Amino acid sequence: MDLSFTPEQQRFRDEVRAFLDASLPAEMREKVLGGLHVSPEDTVGWQRILHRKGWGGPGWPQAFGGTGWDPVRQFIFEEECAAAGAPRLLPFGLKMVGPVIMRFGNEAQQRRHLPPILSGDEWWCQGYSEPGSGSDLASLQTRAERQGEHYLVNGQKTWITLAQHATWIFCLVRTDRAAKAQAGISFLLVDMRSPGVTVRPIVMLDGGHEVNEVWFEDVKVPAENLVGEENKGWTYAKFLLGHERTNIAGIGASKRELARLKRVAGDERKHGRPLLEDPFFAARLAQVEIELMALEITNLRVLSAEAQRRAPGPEASLLKIKGTEIQQALTELWVQAVGPYALPFRREALEPGFAGPHAGPEHAAPAAATYCNMRKTSIYGGSNEIQKNIITQLILGL
Amino acid sequence: MDFDLTAEQQLLGDTVQRFLAKEYAFEARRRILRSPEGWSRAVWGRLAELGLLGLQVPEAHGGMAPAPVETLLTMTALGRALCLEPYLSSAVLGTALLAAQASPAQQAALLPAMAAGERLAVPAHGEPGARYDLSRVSTRAAREGGGWRLRGKKAVVLHAPAADHLLVSARTSGGEADEAGLSLFLVPREAGGVKLLSYRTIDGQVAADVELDAALPGDALLGGEGTAFAAISSAWDRGLAALCAEAVGVLQATLDATIEYTKTRRQFGVPIAKFQALQHRMADMLIHVEQARSMGYLAALRAGEPDARERRRALSAAKVVVGQACRFVGQQAVQLHGGMGVTDELAVSHCFKRLLAIELSLGDTDHHVERFIAASVGGA
Ligand SMILES: Cc1cc2nc3c(=O)[nH]c(=O)nc-3n(C[C@H](O)[C@H](O)[C@H](O)COP(=O)(O)OP(=O)(O)OC[C@H]3O[C@@H](n4cnc5c(N)ncnc54)[C@H](O)[C@@H]3O)c2cc1C
Repeated sequence: MDLSFTPEQQRFRDEVRAFLDASLPAEMREKVLGGLHVSPEDTVGWQRILHRKGWGGPGWPQAFGGTGWDPVRQFIFEEECAAAGAPRLLPFGLKMVGPVIMRFGNEAQQRRHLPPILSGDEWWCQGYSEPGSGSDLASLQTRAERQGEHYLVNGQKTWITLAQHATWIFCLVRTDRAAKAQAGISFLLVDMRSPGVTVRPIVMLDGGHEVNEVWFEDVKVPAENLVGEENKGWTYAKFLLGHERTNIAGIGASKRELARLKRVAGDERKHGRPLLEDPFFAARLAQVEIELMALEITNLRVLSAEAQRRAPGPEASLLKIKGTEIQQALTELWVQAVGPYALPFRREALEPGFAGPHAGPEHAAPAAATYCNMRKTSIYGGSNEIQKNIITQLILGL
Repeated sequence: MDFDLTAEQQLLGDTVQRFLAKEYAFEARRRILRSPEGWSRAVWGRLAELGLLGLQVPEAHGGMAPAPVETLLTMTALGRALCLEPYLSSAVLGTALLAAQASPAQQAALLPAMAAGERLAVPAHGEPGARYDLSRVSTRAAREGGGWRLRGKKAVVLHAPAADHLLVSARTSGGEADEAGLSLFLVPREAGGVKLLSYRTIDGQVAADVELDAALPGDALLGGEGTAFAAISSAWDRGLAALCAEAVGVLQATLDATIEYTKTRRQFGVPIAKFQALQHRMADMLIHVEQARSMGYLAALRAGEPDARERRRALSAAKVVVGQACRFVGQQAVQLHGGMGVTDELAVSHCFKRLLAIELSLGDTDHHVERFIAASVGGA
């Protein structure tokens, strides 16, 4: 038993830090650390910078152009990137469809689709949820009918994150309507520029546009875009769900947010003294910090089990629940820290380069909107209730 | 002990609720929210006709004060409808402040017009860096010629852009956190040297930061020089009671919407309300709502208590229970709506944001725990 990183892991961390110092553009760093809006250009720009360094696929095997890092290195990399204020990499290509194509796709699909994920040339989105199929995903209704050399796709997906920027979408579609729920589902890759694909924005509670409805009307999808076998899509989807594990707890981002919160609470005043010295606030802050310490160790336990190639298990559910609770608690404290100045809400003040006068300190502007927005984390990616169902069934055996 | 309403009170409560159910349904509210003014003068006029703008106005000036139960019923109804009108800021806080601090002549000049809905006056008291400390005021007022010069900055003044007058607290003597030495001034919003940075709050209300470098006539001083703290403190406690009552209305609406949604939303072949995990969550929500309702009553009935210690203990206790209910019920309502909960489309996210704003207004939970402890030490 040893809770320290090995000397090689330490050296790796130093290497990542040095790279970030040299290569992360200052304006990206400022946006992320300031809690401001990160543009799609930043997201792609950062992917391209990493790609040039050969780090475009931090979780990918070298055979597919990845770094070949083990899960602990990936964790260190993500932690350092988050701390430095690097934009979040899009998970849809790197952590979702990429690994599925590597494992179940054919060679042509691998050659066609994997390199542009690394280079940032294609932007993927995830087309699973439908209006009637959220938690109960297997009830999905979007149909794909085989007609000669293509599938004809009809239906509606919803909550599709950043579909407005996407060039490709990976979808779960029903190919056999006679089969029982999970059995008739296939995994299909669809070019968003195909005729018959329509994207409609959904306005979020913070006024932002990050999710969309995606409609398919007689969309012709070449049969070669089917991944693996027809009607086996559910198996691939389950593989994928187990895969977004190294970062599911969001430890790095939460550490960054905790550090920001301490800066904010150092600047804010209560009874004329720094808020950080207020025993009420300090106790709340300590509570979250302590939870985060525990979760980091839990996360590393899961990762080292994975590094020893033990089968991925349902522990990911635990990481997801606790990780999102901590992320949300940090935004609650941010709101609390800025006091009455949490109330002013001006979306324009969250855009980088906003020149106008701020209402209150600059660090207050994003607090309430971020708090509202982060409620999503316990809903998406399998809601926390569904995660608890998984724990009770698969870990507790109830 | 008697929790019953009189027949008149019952009638008043029903009337307001019916009016708002008709005129302030979700789509109507959305139009008001998106209008440039951000609130409705027509609705304001109706509230005046119903006599509701005079609930803090003394009888001598044509109002009904004290009317704690009527205020409670009104605020709960306004909360249920998520009203955007300046009721709390002008009809409660502004009016109560004037009634507590202004001279009889000043009251006669202002309060009847406020009760009639013709004038709006909102307090401009909080300052950057003051957080929720009521006595921490750095804005200064100095005699200049026959009048006054006010200099300073006021933070997050609710409904300032809607108001005719700002009731500005300023220091005429004393150190930055002293209770003594605070004075109150009547400042026309459009006076020279009054600069507003206007915006909406997270829950859609109009508000502004106000910068003051204004020359005012001698009679702008309301009541006695240096004596405003007691009035501010008592008006704030009335505001707290009203805010708690509003919260109860929002909380109930939020719980109702959640129950309704989970009964109709189906997953895994059944309404999601059938899942026991969610049933227990809604049971917990109900417990929060009922505890908040109880404290809403306590707050209403103690808001006029002359013993300041006892009054503070009750009102802070109420705000703590209400604040915790706002947090829990708001978050769980969104959670139980799934993705729909984080969109702008349904009432639930609007309720969630109002509950957040209420939690942060007039002192957050930690502030009131601290104030409760301070008021409890040494008996009382
Ligand atoms: C911001 C955001 C981004 C998203 N991005 C994507 C995306 O890119 N691609 C995509 O495909 N999807 C995406 N989603 C959809 C997301 O996966 C779904 O919202 C999620 O699966 C929940 O489904 P639902 O919204 O239909 O809620 P419902 O399934 O209707 O759930 C409502 C409530 O009921 C609870 N519940 C449901 N079933 C049970 C049960 N058996 N036991 C106990 N409680 C239960 C839920 O936990 C929730 O609290 C996104 C969602 C959001 C909010």
